[in-house]
Amino acid sequence: MPGITREEVAHLARLARLELKDEELDHFAGQLDDIIGAVARVSEVADQDVPPTSHPLPLTNVMRADEIRPSLTPQEALSGAPAQEQQRFKVPQILGED
Amino acid sequence: MTAELIKLTAAEIAAKIASGEVTAVQVTEAHLARIEAVDEKVNAFLHVDREGALAQARAVDDKRARGEKLGPLAGVPLALKDIFTTKGIPTTVGSKILEGWIPPYDATLTQRLKAADVVILGKTNMDEFAMGSSTENSAYGPTGNPWDLTKIPGGSGGGSSAALAAYEAPLAIGTDTGGSIRQPAAVTGTVGVKPTYGAVSRYGMVAFSSSLDQGGPCARTVLDAALLHEAIAGHDPLDSTSIDAPVPPVVEAARNGDVKGMRIGIVKQFRGEGYQAGVLQRFDESVELLKELGAEVVEVDCPSFDLALAAYYLIAPSECSSNLARFDAMRYGLRVGDDGTKSAEDVTALTREAGFGDEVKRRVILGTYALSSGYYDAYYGSAQKVRTLITRDFEKAFGEGGVDVLISPTTPTTAFPIGERADDPMAMYLADLCTIPTNLAGNAAMSLPCGLAPEDGMPVGLQIIAPAMADDRLYRVGAAVEAAFTARWGHPLLEEAPSL
Repeated sequence: MPGITREEVAHLARLARLELKDEELDHFAGQLDDIIGAVARVSEVADQDVPPTSHPLPLTNVMRADEIRPSLTPQEALSGAPAQEQQRFKVPQILGED
Repeated sequence: MTAELIKLTAAEIAAKIASGEVTAVQVTEAHLARIEAVDEKVNAFLHVDREGALAQARAVDDKRARGEKLGPLAGVPLALKDIFTTKGIPTTVGSKILEGWIPPYDATLTQRLKAADVVILGKTNMDEFAMGSSTENSAYGPTGNPWDLTKIPGGSGGGSSAALAAYEAPLAIGTDTGGSIRQPAAVTGTVGVKPTYGAVSRYGMVAFSSSLDQGGPCARTVLDAALLHEAIAGHDPLDSTSIDAPVPPVVEAARNGDVKGMRIGIVKQFRGEGYQAGVLQRFDESVELLKELGAEVVEVDCPSFDLALAAYYLIAPSECSSNLARFDAMRYGLRVGDDGTKSAEDVTALTREAGFGDEVKRRVILGTYALSSGYYDAYYGSAQKVRTLITRDFEKAFGEGGVDVLISPTTPTTAFPIGERADDPMAMYLADLCTIPTNLAGNAAMSLPCGLAPEDGMPVGLQIIAPAMADDRLYRVGAAVEAAFTARWGHPLLEEAPSL
């Protein structure tokens, strides 16, 4: 198994929306390399013909009746919003200038 | 009277309130006074809800005055892990990213506690997002182990276990994704149960790894844990992974502890390098005790358990990297860097950088890596195969092996000093070596005290593991072990803890 480089950690952090500082990249890269080295042991079973388990319960979709029920008021739903305007969540710009 | 009230079990408190010997308000005041006196040193609580607790207690006393029948835990104080939402009361999950957040709704578990007239004293400290084994990953400072305040109280639910061991509450709630109920119980000399996956609703429990997370009871006695288990378990239509089946008869089992004629398996894999001598000594004594009590003890081979830790540290980070995407600074929680010039994406990244601690960042990155194309099959895919193999090992032991329960030490070592493993993730992960297989397979397990390690005088936990939906077996065996040990010691183990 290949290890993980500082550049890869920086790329993964961007994908995960984490604006890491340079010293964090240095610090995490070494630690993550150790962790990946240890967990890579699971590949011992990669060639075995074993079905994967994603969940302990054999569940398929669980549906409920489509009924009108009490729910949060708009005020309650917005109570934790960092910013709000006209009963909506107010967010920074999503699309670029062009 | 305060000193006497805080040492009582939950069952004793409920009986005294029901008979009128004490009022719920007196019991609550005694515990609030204890928190006031010791929690500056212990730091078990992130938030104490004095007014809310007293109001709940008064409601119980009023109910009794009206002649209404009280439930089995009416008026009993409880410490709630800060991962469950509480309407109008802060919920931080031990993270800066939710500092100051006041949930607009109660978790199902919170509602059930209120419906059972349990008095919620406050919210307890935890590793951030339940990621850790020491509570050092809390953004709000570490919690001390009441046996030795320089040592860790376990994690992630170290606030809950410490609150019990410090007599700040007779009951507490934890959540167990890889051992976060059982390992804190083991290192503080208390009792903790991870119920069968799906037994306790996850609605309103902040998600870490959804296929592994399970809420459960923490207490100082097996019977108290059973009473709390019965109060919080049961089907919830708001959680699609909630089991729609009757709760196993856990209280009845706890009242009838007996191992005579039972076949008990020792997991061969949970021994050897990395295990502290005093832990193994107390475990071996527990095995002898079980034999004396009439159980047949056999060794069981679970070869896939050797890969459990590796599989867990791929599956849990993978699920967490997905679950924690919801902390995007848009709808609730912290928002950093929104100065009118930055995009939403930049604000999200700046907020997560400022709001998440190191362990959360490590796991989010690890999960993102394990799920990325090119690595998915080798890592996440293989980990899921290991999960199947572990489940098969359990099925074989409980099936053709004819074993009723499995036993092992709960943790390889006793509580370690605060700071010792704080920046050594792999060393920290080893604390969950014996507890993780149960989370991966979804069955049930308990930790209860089995003595002190001679070399450091710190508590050792005995783990009991049962098949899924046979949680009552944990309580039947646990109650028998607890009664025999208490008789041998002449008192509950916690009596040996130094006074704070």
